[in-house]
Amino acid sequence: MKIIVLIKQVPESNEVQVDPETLTLKRDTVEGIINPFDMYAIEEALQIKEKNSEETTVSALSMGPPQAESALREALAMGVDEAWLVCDKKFAGSDTWATSYTLARAVEKIGDYDLIIAGKQAFDGDTAQVPPEMAEFISLPFCGFVQNIEQLKSTFMVVDRMTEEGFNRVELSLPAVISVVKDINVPRLPSLKGKIRARKATIKQLTAEDIEAEEENIGINGSPTQVVKVFTPEYSTDTEYLEGEAKEQVSTLISKLQEANIL
Amino acid sequence: MIMDYNLNEEQEEIVEIARRVAEERVKPVRAELDEKEEFPTEILNTLAQSDLMGIYIPEEYGGMGYGAFELALIMEELSRVCAGVAVSYAANALGAYPILLYASEEQKQKYLPPIASGEKLVAFGLTEPNAGSDVAALETTAYKDGDEYVLNGTKQWITNGGEADVYTVFAVTDKKKGARGISCFIVEKDTPGFTFGKKEKKLGIRCSATRELVFQDCRVPAENLIRRPGAGFLIAMKTFEKSRPCIGAQAVGIAQGALEEAVAFARERKQFGQEVINFQAIQVMIADMATEIEAARSLVLNAAKNVDANAKNGDISSSMAKSFASDVSMKVTVDAVQICGGSGYMRDYPVEKYMRDAKITQIYEGTNQIMRNIIALGLKKRLQS
Repeated sequence: MKIIVLIKQVPESNEVQVDPETLTLKRDTVEGIINPFDMYAIEEALQIKEKNSEETTVSALSMGPPQAESALREALAMGVDEAWLVCDKKFAGSDTWATSYTLARAVEKIGDYDLIIAGKQAFDGDTAQVPPEMAEFISLPFCGFVQNIEQLKSTFMVVDRMTEEGFNRVELSLPAVISVVKDINVPRLPSLKGKIRARKATIKQLTAEDIEAEEENIGINGSPTQVVKVFTPEYSTDTEYLEGEAKEQVSTLISKLQEANIL
Repeated sequence: MIMDYNLNEEQEEIVEIARRVAEERVKPVRAELDEKEEFPTEILNTLAQSDLMGIYIPEEYGGMGYGAFELALIMEELSRVCAGVAVSYAANALGAYPILLYASEEQKQKYLPPIASGEKLVAFGLTEPNAGSDVAALETTAYKDGDEYVLNGTKQWITNGGEADVYTVFAVTDKKKGARGISCFIVEKDTPGFTFGKKEKKLGIRCSATRELVFQDCRVPAENLIRRPGAGFLIAMKTFEKSRPCIGAQAVGIAQGALEEAVAFARERKQFGQEVINFQAIQVMIADMATEIEAARSLVLNAAKNVDANAKNGDISSSMAKSFASDVSMKVTVDAVQICGGSGYMRDYPVEKYMRDAKITQIYEGTNQIMRNIIALGLKKRLQS
């Protein structure tokens, strides 16, 4: 079985600044880490590898600038077998759509996969759009918010998708894409032997040309998302006290809620 | 660390891994482990998975092939968060050093790989009710009977006692010879005649396990004797030479953790309209604490390098490192509680634990009074004009 784990390097701090001109995150000012949700994806893949009787390899795949190599080395230190970095100046300015397309092309290039695992969302962008969009680009079944892999066979898998009330049990044919939530496992820490191996390992590089990406679908050209404004919402409390008898207050409240289209 | 100790890339990685285990796996549970006096089995498993258990064991026996220096780096990081976890880790090295330093090739092949992988825990059994500082006063005996030795006696205050799978135990094989009549044996848990006494209740390092080892006609194969009859005293002394920098590093880590808590508190706590760190009385305390810690760290790391190089005077440098660092640790942790005032005295804050934990570093692996004896006697013999 071959598993590909999608990982993203994100800024370690919440205090990352926004570039006022491009309205994108200033990623070079803070240290990068593996997106915390992706750690569960890596751990799940490694647990499958350890439990699986058939030979299993785990590849980590990331799209990002050259410094994203450090996130891939961290994944190698945890125990993944190989690491791929999709990196090209042409990818700059990609939104989730262009990113999903690019990752889909990269996954196709790596090929021969049975299962693709991602974290449920990235800690910086918070969209949770890339895993399902990527699945769509390669026409693979997708299940998001997986909290448990109930069964994994060579041709299908059964997973539990977390919902607000409980979970749905879903069967997917393989190959498939899943995104996982933090309830699924406890990610391991990197080992010393893993660190030493990771330091010496070669990160496999893929450019736009390598993955045969169409120019109009990548980077800023391939990104339909337009960021109009980025701002920190102002915190304000607007409290109105209702006067009168309880009965009066209730009818005032109801009419106010109706005015606001809440009722 | 304030100063740059020229760590290489691998040593930086060792520090980083140890710090992550300490911050992510130890810190969230340290107060609970302390309160419940619960042995940190899961954390030791994590240390094993991180390849830190066999850091000082050569690669041919399944270890990572580093030495006392790297062990000291790990000890400081673990102790910075919880000295109880740290000593449970370090007691393994103490128990394993007699095998590593003096055992036969067969004994090393048999015992070191599972110790290096963390599959088996080790403990060092020397101290007795009437023999602590005075090692030659041991009362546990071993006599040879055919191809076995028969052990009788009680060991006291043995760290990892009851939790460990393998014990390096010291017993008198020839009473007439005094210190030269002591021998060292490898005793496995579950050997008939080997049982454990009560688990001790301690002031500090409370998550670590401290128990009696009781030997009643306990038969150990003669092949489990380390080196030769009568080599026990030498084995114990050389083991301490290797392990004392590690306890020095524990003391430095405790002090460092306490300093960080005290500085954080002093930056937050306001009195007379400003943060208390702005008062010179507090600043002087913090400056002295940090300076003494750095001095202790320099001494400890150099002593560790010294024993790794098998340099001369390892007994003196290790004793200096252990006693100096532990005295610093006691003073710094008391001052940390003082800076935190009433909050520092409460168990809701971690500084009182640092103070309780620091005390043992002045006592175990040779009291600081014995450390001075070793230093002074060494100088008397070797410092001749």
